[in-house]
Amino acid sequence: MAERFESVDDVTKRLRGADYLADAGISGVVFLADRLEKPVLVEGPAGVGKTELAKGIAEVTDARLIRLQCYEGLDEAKALYEWNYKKQLLRIQVDKGHESEWEDVESDIFSEPFLLTRPLLEAIRAEEPVVLLIDEVDRVEIETEALLLEVLSDFQVSIPELGTIEGNQQRPIVLLTSNNTRELSEALKRRCLYLHIDYPDIEREKEIVRVRVPDVDEHLADQIARVVRSIRALELKKAPSISETIDWARTLLYLGKSDIDPTVIGETLHVLLKYQSDITKARKELQVPELGGAV
Amino acid sequence: MSPGSGASLTLLDVLQGFVHELRTAGLPVSMTENLDAMRAIGYIPIDDREMFKAVLSATLVKHERHQKAFDTVFEVYFSLFSSGVGGDAEGEGETSADGEEGALQDGQAQGGAGGTPMSREELAAMLLKALQTMDRDALRRLAAAAVQQFAGMEPGRPVGGTYYLYRTLRQLDLDDLQQRLMDMARERGEVEEGELADRLAHEEFQARLKELRELIEEEIRRRLVADRGVEAMARTLRKPLPEDIEFMHASREEMLALQQAVYPLTRAMAARLAQRRRRRHRGHLDFRKTIRESLSYGGVPADPKFKNPHPSKPEIMVVADISGSVASFARFTLQFVYAMASQFSKVRSWVFIDGIDEVTRFFQESDDVTDAVQRVNTEADVVWVDGHSDYGHALEVFHQRHFHEITPKTSMILLGDARNNYHASEAWVVDEMRKRGRHVYWLDPEPRGYWDTGDSIVSEYGKYCDGVFECRNLRQLQQFVSTIAEG
Repeated sequence: MAERFESVDDVTKRLRGADYLADAGISGVVFLADRLEKPVLVEGPAGVGKTELAKGIAEVTDARLIRLQCYEGLDEAKALYEWNYKKQLLRIQVDKGHESEWEDVESDIFSEPFLLTRPLLEAIRAEEPVVLLIDEVDRVEIETEALLLEVLSDFQVSIPELGTIEGNQQRPIVLLTSNNTRELSEALKRRCLYLHIDYPDIEREKEIVRVRVPDVDEHLADQIARVVRSIRALELKKAPSISETIDWARTLLYLGKSDIDPTVIGETLHVLLKYQSDITKARKELQVPELGGAV
Repeated sequence: MSPGSGASLTLLDVLQGFVHELRTAGLPVSMTENLDAMRAIGYIPIDDREMFKAVLSATLVKHERHQKAFDTVFEVYFSLFSSGVGGDAEGEGETSADGEEGALQDGQAQGGAGGTPMSREELAAMLLKALQTMDRDALRRLAAAAVQQFAGMEPGRPVGGTYYLYRTLRQLDLDDLQQRLMDMARERGEVEEGELADRLAHEEFQARLKELRELIEEEIRRRLVADRGVEAMARTLRKPLPEDIEFMHASREEMLALQQAVYPLTRAMAARLAQRRRRRHRGHLDFRKTIRESLSYGGVPADPKFKNPHPSKPEIMVVADISGSVASFARFTLQFVYAMASQFSKVRSWVFIDGIDEVTRFFQESDDVTDAVQRVNTEADVVWVDGHSDYGHALEVFHQRHFHEITPKTSMILLGDARNNYHASEAWVVDEMRKRGRHVYWLDPEPRGYWDTGDSIVSEYGKYCDGVFECRNLRQLQQFVSTIAEG
């Protein structure tokens, strides 16, 4: 079986080509996921690039990204497969005039053309390489988690009318993301490798800014990373994420700033922080003037 | 895969010991995960320590809050594989003498040709230089030299690493180093004018010094393990997981760990409860909607629709003893209950020592629970006579002022060790509460074995309560709150 990555360094290098800067831990786990053929459960604060990682892997392995966005109330019919009930009804209606055997009709209406595939089944049956992303898995109920288990451990789906459907090619890389709003079941965690992505250290954040917003120069990127680190050190409701750092870098660029001073921070703080109480706190701590107060 | 030579056998043994220690520390490592770890290390270069750690962590640790416990155990078990300081897989079997010798060489390499130990000033100067350029190799060597010189480590002495760390750091004086780094940066014009630039530079140096401190800790740990062996060291460093830390005896450091653990726990719990409440009763059949839906199936009601249920949320009143020993327990419970306020229709709280004061207002005025708890401890008016717990008087005053506000929907939660300093118990108030309200619970932070010893009269109150719970740590607290929230 062809392996997707040659070594850990290969992972890092190729992800970098897709503008995703992975640290040693991330690359290591991705590499293992490839070799051990196990799904990866990715946890971490919102906006540290969990979903981006899946997109990056799909890009560098030339795979199609199939995404299952989880939400409360997600069920089998939306995650795995569903029989096209209305089409089945039609088929029976059409048959009324003709005198065919019920067995024929039955085997007909429970066959491929009447099956609506949903993301999980689609990923299993895909002919081409895929990356399966099960996003925000913590949003489904504990009971619904169970329906993922068969897919995650054996990569197969059992449909009573059709039998067990197995993947016919290499197992895709599977990523599950969680924002940790609730504890996932042990059974699910056992089947996965675990990757916790935290806010990056200052060097990496600087690099990320430079890769994502290439027009930002070294000096500005350095300042951005430092100010963000300083803000993250405060006790906030919601610390700025990487995506917010990038937004901020873009904002500064659009405003034509090449240097950060307190006034600039004051004017653009709302890009980094989304709660009024957080903004007020950061203003006070960083000694940043009020909006318009400097005029 | 690595060949099945003697070396890999040792590594396997070490790993088994490692997993065993993780389990002893309370991490739930299953058989599958253990096997995964074994398979995983076959795929990565074993000499890359960071990678090795990342891989073990990915396969063995599945909870973020267990990460710290994992880190500690890892540092102990694999300290002799430490990068840069010439350790390798065989280093596991090193005797203490070897460890000392190796360290001595490190010190000499740094101390110049003569091999004389460096003076404090010399070392400080070299540290400053290394810190400025953030030369990590040099820092590592200097950290080793500093430990060698200042920690005064003696083989076989059963003291923990903190003692040596303290001795080393006292000599190095990190605050002074930081100040000098700042001054030097200013002289060279690297720090711009203004408070912001100052702050940023300050934080930068702080981060660097933190790294130095970690290197020193690592070095001390390495030497201690070499001296006393892996198991003994792991035992010394074994710390309870945040959810198992006892409220009554938490050290300052543990308090911090608790503080950090409370919020994610409550958030996870609130989400689970909300889900469960929404789904528990499905509500009545919505006839109109069902018929409407059936039209698309040719009049067959294939997909029955239900009305949304109207969940009833419990109303909570918390009365907490905040005298000395149980203060931290009350603090965490209040924090917990308020963090989950969305799960209750109403939360009110009182605190007492011998006087009693309502503190609901603090929580309403501030949207930061930690902040509010802080104010409870400083601003609430809870001393009546002498500032020794008097449950009887507190309950009596509560009865006078607030008894009529208890409704049949109210769950009362009383917190404290019921150490009443031999005052009158006035337990009849609790009885009245139970008759008027929905439930009365008592939470006691003391181990069950201590109840009713000395001046504790928890049973006297307990006989009127719907339940008396031992609540020594977050795990027990969480269990209790989930029981009452489910109603």
